[in-house]
Amino acid sequence: MSSPRKLKLNVLRYDPRKEGDEPRMVTYELDEAPSMTIFIALNEIRRKQDSSLKFDFVCRAGICGSCGMVINGRPDLACRTLTSQFEDGEITLLPLPAFELIGDLSVDTGKFMRAMSERVESWIHDEEAERRELTVLEEPMDPDTADRIYELDRCIECGCCISACGTARMRPAFLGAAGFMRVARFEADPRDKRTAEGWYDLLGDDDGIFGCMSLMGCEDHCPKDLPHQNRIAYMRRKLVQSR
Amino acid sequence: MKVVYSDVLVVGGGLSGLRAAIAATKRGHDAVVLSLVPAKRSHSAAAQGGMQASLAAAFKSRGDNEDVHFADTVKGSDWGCDQDVARMFANTAPKAIRELSTWGVPWSRVRSGDREVVVNAERVTITEPADAHGLITARDFGGTKKWRTCFTADGTGHTMLYAMDNKAIELQIPVHERKEALALIHDGGTCHGAIVRDLVSGELVAYVSKATVIATGGYGRIYAVSTNAIICEGMGAAIALETGVAPLGNMEAVQFHPTAIVPAGILTTEGCRGDGGLLRDVEGHRFMPDYEPEKKELASRDVVSRRMTEHMRKGMGVPSPYGDHLWLDITLLGKAHIDKNLREVKEICQHFLGIDPVNDYIPVRPTQHYSMGGVRTRPTGESPGLRGLFSVGEAACWDMHGFNRLGGNSVAETVVAGMIVGEYVADYCDGAVVDLQTSLIQGFLDRERGRIDGLMARDRGENAWELRDAMERIMMEKVGIFRSQEPLDQAVEELTALHRRSRNLVCRNRVRSANPELEACLRVPRMLKLALCVAKGAQARTESRGAHAREDYPERNDRDWLKRTLARWPTDDDDQPTLEYETLDIMKMELPPGSRGYGKDQTIHHPDTARRVAEIDALSAQQLDRFELQQRLNPIELPERLRGKNERVGIGYE
Ligand SMILES: Cc1cc2nc3c(=O)[nH]c(=O)nc-3n(C[C@H](O)[C@H](O)[C@H](O)COP(=O)(O)OP(=O)(O)OC[C@H]3O[C@@H](n4cnc5c(N)ncnc54)[C@H](O)[C@@H]3O)c2cc1C
Ligand code: SF4
Ligand code: SF4
Ligand code: FES
Repeated sequence: MSSPRKLKLNVLRYDPRKEGDEPRMVTYELDEAPSMTIFIALNEIRRKQDSSLKFDFVCRAGICGSCGMVINGRPDLACRTLTSQFEDGEITLLPLPAFELIGDLSVDTGKFMRAMSERVESWIHDEEAERRELTVLEEPMDPDTADRIYELDRCIECGCCISACGTARMRPAFLGAAGFMRVARFEADPRDKRTAEGWYDLLGDDDGIFGCMSLMGCEDHCPKDLPHQNRIAYMRRKLVQSR
Repeated sequence: MKVVYSDVLVVGGGLSGLRAAIAATKRGHDAVVLSLVPAKRSHSAAAQGGMQASLAAAFKSRGDNEDVHFADTVKGSDWGCDQDVARMFANTAPKAIRELSTWGVPWSRVRSGDREVVVNAERVTITEPADAHGLITARDFGGTKKWRTCFTADGTGHTMLYAMDNKAIELQIPVHERKEALALIHDGGTCHGAIVRDLVSGELVAYVSKATVIATGGYGRIYAVSTNAIICEGMGAAIALETGVAPLGNMEAVQFHPTAIVPAGILTTEGCRGDGGLLRDVEGHRFMPDYEPEKKELASRDVVSRRMTEHMRKGMGVPSPYGDHLWLDITLLGKAHIDKNLREVKEICQHFLGIDPVNDYIPVRPTQHYSMGGVRTRPTGESPGLRGLFSVGEAACWDMHGFNRLGGNSVAETVVAGMIVGEYVADYCDGAVVDLQTSLIQGFLDRERGRIDGLMARDRGENAWELRDAMERIMMEKVGIFRSQEPLDQAVEELTALHRRSRNLVCRNRVRSANPELEACLRVPRMLKLALCVAKGAQARTESRGAHAREDYPERNDRDWLKRTLARWPTDDDDQPTLEYETLDIMKMELPPGSRGYGKDQTIHHPDTARRVAEIDALSAQQLDRFELQQRLNPIELPERLRGKNERVGIGYE
């Protein structure tokens, strides 16, 4: 076998809890292995070169949304990014902007997403629901409607869309694409009894859908290919009509 | 000393922990949930294929009910499960799924009329009944008599976990993220909460509670290759074990899933085979019918994994730089079906293998997948060793899975157990008074701080990651799908040596706040304890049952081994766990031991089996209705709210 290619990973290092620490780029070199992902590469660096390197992976399968980071300028999921796709073998990794930094490549998306869920009241609003007997047949639902909700429910809260959004980075109070997608998901769900007015109260200002500049950084960077453009346009129309 | 008080402390923010917290909250007890990661990133999100519940709406599901689900579960467990619990589970699963439906899970629905499905490699048309239109549909999974696995495409765990966490947010249940429970606070008789480390600031905090619920998921990561998330390190089970009094049950019962991709070990769901996918060998030959002519690819997981391994041992595997593998072929399902119902699988194939499963075969191999063992509990979810300590979900050995769990029965267990055990937790809190000395809390806090100080003070010592690698390899090579005496003896010996070495770990990175090396140093000794429980349990169990397959003892031996292994770790100075056994009483079984119907039946029967069969035959001859019969054979208790018959379309409450 030919000798493996050398990879060069330039990683932003910064521990905000360490007194006197400053953000800096550190370059690590390692041998590339077949089918190597950034997940595998970073773990190898941590084990063999620097045990203090911080990053987040959970499922390592592109399912849980933990590992968003900026990879050669693009927010993406690091666990499902193969190193072989970088022709010159050089990869620059930065933490996702717009989130609180925990250290190095680890950011606090959890706090942001919980606040988003609380803000859009990310649950079914139906006063009858809690009174339903669990022994009786479920309410039927049109099969296409169920499929459509699922399509919009596939967001994994990775935060890539937020980091790719100029508005979100300028204005911390901006709800952001993940929030719009969550609203779209409940708006499409007949079990949720909220009305157009209800949605307007949540979204109808500059921190909501009217602050969005439709530049579609979100759509371009969503690893789950959610229909941002389509849903943002739809909700904007709907809200305008409702007034 | 920082202390956080609550009625209920739930360690784990996956499906089971959240559901238990919701139950307790609804009963008026305040709950705090701890999680290593944001709750929605818990491993439950990765479940793809579905959740079993006997709704019997779709054409291929008709005729299903709690009894059939119960029987499949017991057979699947190779009679190793607790039949009371399997019954409680089967009767409650339809309620759990209907509740989740009102909470927002977009379950895939029945569309009435003709549709094409693939059954046994052939396209057949089935007609979905009109009265079921819009009700929750189901797909086929291994080891089930009916199509019973309800799903949302292949993102079932994701939609369930999101609905569950959203419900918890609606109820304002606090989830403390990036927190790790390091030890349980207890006085040898009662559990009072946990010592917890903040993974960002490094601070140690005491969480004091009336009831503590361990819902930390499985321990798959003691193996080098696993389908589990990397946080599935079994820490909840380990801290229970470290109390010395709370036992772990059946730790040697470890499931291997037939179809994880090679080399990454990422799962492709059983739904692939349920929907009609096939397994092929190096020659492209479909080999499962040669071994299991009846159930073929849809035999129980443990059976399929063993058959695949046997077939590769015969030289029929596909060679690759990562060792041999076999092929999973879903090309026959067609693009439309794959794009809609198996799209996570498609994404995984594209990103990790660079292939399109619409046209290409998927390289797969049996891979560690599920932990049947865990914190032993009673049917109420409470530990028999420590009052006030409960456990739910994969972390628990509530014991509805015995030695092999059926696909789709695990996410079902998480919510059902959360519902049932959550009620018992609330009952316990109703009666509990906190009577606790601060010196007890301080003692545990000091002990954990002392451990960290020790790791940081040492100048030289062992490297946690190196010990961990060695452990993972031993588990793979010597405590895997097929087991036998000599490798197991070696495994126990080598793991014991590693565990001794782990007393001398050093943490080179001396930062008290966020510090991945420190986390590894704290976890590895505990993981080694779990690995020893698995290996020693497997070494002692001289029979084959479910996923525990001994080549030197191929028969299931009910006469001597119809019992559950209990592992304790009495003191920290011990080098190995102490094993005891809990007998399963055949005379109380609703379904006495029989054959699972795979391969040649080699069971060594217990004398009670024939007696119990005769008893049941006599009772059955009385023509009781099925509810009465069950009540006589297996009288179970359920919390008040969860009793009641389940309605089914077309037949009502029959
Ligand atoms: C790839 C894959 C696919 C699967 N597909 C299916 C399927 O289709 N159908 C099915 O029925 N089952 C499936 N399963 C199994 C099923 O998903 C799991 O068994 C189940 O989701 C476990 O849920 P849980 O609530 O017990 O634990 P988890 O969801 O694993 O949650 C554990 C929680 O505990 C927390 N935690 C752990 N340790 C600590 C600690 N020390 N301190 C604080 N918090 C801690 C974690 O942060 C997490 O929140 C699948 C499993 C895998 C691996
Ligand atoms: S369209 Fe642009 S401004 Fe609007 S949410 Fe997406 S990225 Fe942000
Ligand atoms: S919408 Fe897409 S990019 Fe944004 S958080 Fe969800 S999955 Fe990530
Ligand atoms: S680690 Fe889960 S998406 Fe990357």
